[in-house]
Amino acid sequence: MEEEKIPAPGRELAGKVALVTGASRGIGSAIAVTLARQGAMVLVNYNGSGQRAGEVVARIEAEGGAARAVGCDVSDFAACGRMVEEIMAEHGHVDILVNNAGVTRDNLVARMSEDDYDYVLDINLKGAFHTIRHLTRYFLKQKKGKIVNISSVSGVVGNAGQANYAASKAGLIGLTKSVAKELAGRNICVNAVAPGFIETEMTQALPQRAREAAVASIPMGRMGSPWDVAELVAFLASGRSDYITGQVICVDGGMV
Amino acid sequence: MFEKLKGIIEEKLNAEGAAITEETSFKEDLDADSLDLFELVMALEDEFDVEIPSEELERLATVKDVMDYLAAKGIEL
Repeated sequence: MEEEKIPAPGRELAGKVALVTGASRGIGSAIAVTLARQGAMVLVNYNGSGQRAGEVVARIEAEGGAARAVGCDVSDFAACGRMVEEIMAEHGHVDILVNNAGVTRDNLVARMSEDDYDYVLDINLKGAFHTIRHLTRYFLKQKKGKIVNISSVSGVVGNAGQANYAASKAGLIGLTKSVAKELAGRNICVNAVAPGFIETEMTQALPQRAREAAVASIPMGRMGSPWDVAELVAFLASGRSDYITGQVICVDGGMV
Repeated sequence: MFEKLKGIIEEKLNAEGAAITEETSFKEDLDADSLDLFELVMALEDEFDVEIPSEELERLATVKDVMDYLAAKGIEL
């Protein structure tokens, strides 16, 4: 059996540069903080909430980590290209991409406007395509890279009232599996993480009855924390998962 | 200059030791898939400071195709 080549625990991502989209709050900010704790230089992407992104950066720096806020609307193809060029010019490489930026515009499908459908798809699904599209050439040159797409249990099993959100998250799974197959031969791992109900502003915005129904559907009987999701992302971003690609892993307290 | 191009092809298509001539076809002779060709084109773009649109990819089947393409762009081979 070959000798294990797993680095010392704690600083597995030292020297790596990680771009986390939608990292100013919720699951994204927990991912940013967790990757930074593992030693990565984290680019905290935000759109709009620059102040919150600055707070995430400040927290990481207070813990002795390295981070920088990077504003970009991921639904804008050209803007993503400019963001990637700017990051490459500044840091020379990106090793980890976490497509986390996501929004909801919940409604019954019979009442859903075209705008609400497009808005959610453009950010959640096309946004991930945009960053992957622009970063892949650099991952190919490096012959190494980790892409983690944050999907959702909604995308795996569907969710009433979230036709747009679930479609975008299911789309991310297809994107993940296809890109994984394309890039597997180049040592680039692409996986999806599908959180269930996680305590964030997104789920706090749900009506009380919907929240209660959600918790009742979780075998563990409670919502998860953003840190539960971030731990898996850190694993998938590390050298510990080099033979795992094209997978969808749920962090959902047993829902799926 | 052919040697330079040959070196890039050998490296990008893992074709060290293959007898590369102008007639060599990337797909037929060197077993390159479309991602290999994309990587080859990326390397050519970097090396010769030229932009090769992805539509052109399909037309660049052989070493000679690449040489002609670069020549048409004013790059001396």
